[in-house]
Amino acid sequence: MARRWTSDLSPRDVTPERAFLNRRQILGGLAAAGAVTLSSPRARAQEALEPNSWEEITSYNNFYEFGTGKDDPARYAGQMATSPWTVAINGLVDRPGEYAFKDIMARMEIEERIYRFRCVEAWSMVVPWTGFELADLLDMAGIQERATHVAFETLLRPEEMPGVARPVLDWPYVEGLRLDEAMHPLTLMATGIYGRDIPNQNGAPLRLVVPWKYGFKSIKSVVRITLTDSEPPTSWNVANSREYGFYSNVNPDVDHPRWSQATEREIGGGLFSPRKPTLMFNGYEDEVASLYEGMDLSVHF
Amino acid sequence: MTGRLNDALRRVPVWPLYIAGAVPPLWWLWLGLTGGLGVEPIEALEHRLGELALQVLIAGLCVTPLRRHLGVNLIRFRRALGILAFSYVLLHLLVWLALDVQIPAQIWADIAKRPYITVGMAGFVLLLPLVATSNDRAVRWLGPRWRRLHRLTYLAVLLGAIHYVMLAKGFQIEPLLYLGGIVVLLALRLPVRRRLLPA
Ligand code: HEM
Repeated sequence: MARRWTSDLSPRDVTPERAFLNRRQILGGLAAAGAVTLSSPRARAQEALEPNSWEEITSYNNFYEFGTGKDDPARYAGQMATSPWTVAINGLVDRPGEYAFKDIMARMEIEERIYRFRCVEAWSMVVPWTGFELADLLDMAGIQERATHVAFETLLRPEEMPGVARPVLDWPYVEGLRLDEAMHPLTLMATGIYGRDIPNQNGAPLRLVVPWKYGFKSIKSVVRITLTDSEPPTSWNVANSREYGFYSNVNPDVDHPRWSQATEREIGGGLFSPRKPTLMFNGYEDEVASLYEGMDLSVHF
Repeated sequence: MTGRLNDALRRVPVWPLYIAGAVPPLWWLWLGLTGGLGVEPIEALEHRLGELALQVLIAGLCVTPLRRHLGVNLIRFRRALGILAFSYVLLHLLVWLALDVQIPAQIWADIAKRPYITVGMAGFVLLLPLVATSNDRAVRWLGPRWRRLHRLTYLAVLLGAIHYVMLAKGFQIEPLLYLGGIVVLLALRLPVRRRLLPA
C-alpha cells in the first residue's frame, strides 16, 4: 500500500547534500526547467520545492521536552536514548502490543517525501523526509470498525529531558488525528531526513508528519499510538484551546489570536528574508480539502 | 564603605557607558549578517534586543532603591541607562517593522489586533516623552514637573514586561520572573513600604 502518493517530477539537483535525492523518484523537488510539463494541479503544487539544508532542519527546532529555545533541542536531545525503542499500539486494534522499532522498520516500505513544513509560529521549511505511511502501520495492527480517531504520545523520560522539569505543557506531549486524516496517503511516519536516520532533535527514531497541518501536530519520538472512538486530547489544545484547535490545518485565512497566519518566513533566507504568502492546507489543498467538506474551518480551526 | 564607593563612582565618566551600550546591537547585527545568529537571525535579533531593552530598563529602576536602601549612588548613570534602553526598544521595533513583518498593511493590523503588540507599542510610546526630556535643558525648563513626567517610566517598564508575559507560548517562567522583579522594584518605592521598614 505504500507509494500511494507520487509525483511525476524528477529533480535535477546539484548540491552534494541533495545528491541522494537524485537516485529515486521524489515528490516535489526542483522543476527541471523545460524537462517536465507541469500539467496536473498536484504537480504544479510541488513545483520548485527546494529542500532546506541539513543544518537548517536540524538546528532550529521546537521540542519543548528539551527546552523552549529553538537551539535547545539540538543542544540537549542527544541525551535521549532511542535504542531500543518500542511503540505501543493499542486501543481499538486487532493486534495490540509493543512493537519494536526495528521490527516495524523491517515490515514497512521506506520512501522519500519532500514536504513543506509550516510551523504555527509563521515560519516554514522544506524537508526531505524518509519514512513510511502511517496507514501501513495502522493496517499492520488491524483497525477495528469502531475506531474513529488516532491518539499519539511522545516519550516522557525526565532524566533525559531537561525541559519537562518545567510545566510549560502537561507532559507527556500528546496529539491526535481523525482516522481518515491518519489514513491519508500524505500522512507519514518519518524515520529519516536526507536519507540519514532522523536526528534526536527532529523526533528520533520515528515521528508523525502531517504536511497540511501546523508543525506541532506532527508529534515527535512517538512511543504510543492508540485507536479510539472519540476525539483524543491534544497538548496545545489542552494548554490553550482558544489559540490551538484540534484540527490546526494550515489556513492563511484563520489567524492565530496573537499573530497573522497569512504569510510565513522561510528559514534560511538570512536577515533580509522576505515573507511569502501561506498556502491553504500548506499547498496540499487538492489532496486534502475533501476531508473537510462542509466544515466551517474558522470554527474547526 | 559606601562613601568611598560613591567617591570612586563620582570619578567614573559616563560616556563609556554609551560606547559599551552600542556594542551589543552592532555585534548582533554583524552576527546576523554573517550567520552567527543561527538559521533564523531576524527572530534572534528581535528577541535579543527586546530582552536587553527590558534588562536595561530594570537596571534604571534599580538606581533609586540602591541609593535609598544601600546608599550607593548611581544617579549619574541613570540618564544613560534610560537613553540606551530606549534605543534598544527603538531598534527592537525597527527590526519588527522592517525585517519581521515587512508588509505595511499587516503592521497596522498587528498593532491594532494583537494585544501583545498593542501593549509593547504603548510601552514604546510612553518612552517617547521621556527620551525627549532626557537633557539638561528640559530638566531645567520642566522643574518639578520633570520628576512627575518621568514617573511614566514605571508604567512603560510594566507594559514592556506584560508584553513579554503575553507573548510566551505555554507556561514559561522567565517572563514572570522579569515581571515579578519589576513589581518588587516598584513596590520598594511605595511610601507605605518605607514606613513599614525599620528606620
Ligand atoms: C517597552 C517596550 C518593549 C519591551 C521592553 C519589549 C521587550 C520584549 C521582550 C523581552 C521580548 C521577548 C524576547 C525573548 O523572547 O527573548 C519581546 C519580544 C517581541 N516584541 Fe517587544 N518589547 C517592547 C516593545 C515592543 C514593540 C513596540 C513591538 C512592536 C510593535 C514589539 C514586538 C515584539 C515582538 C514581535 C516580539 C517577538 C514575539 C514572538 O517571537 O513571538 N515589542 N519584546
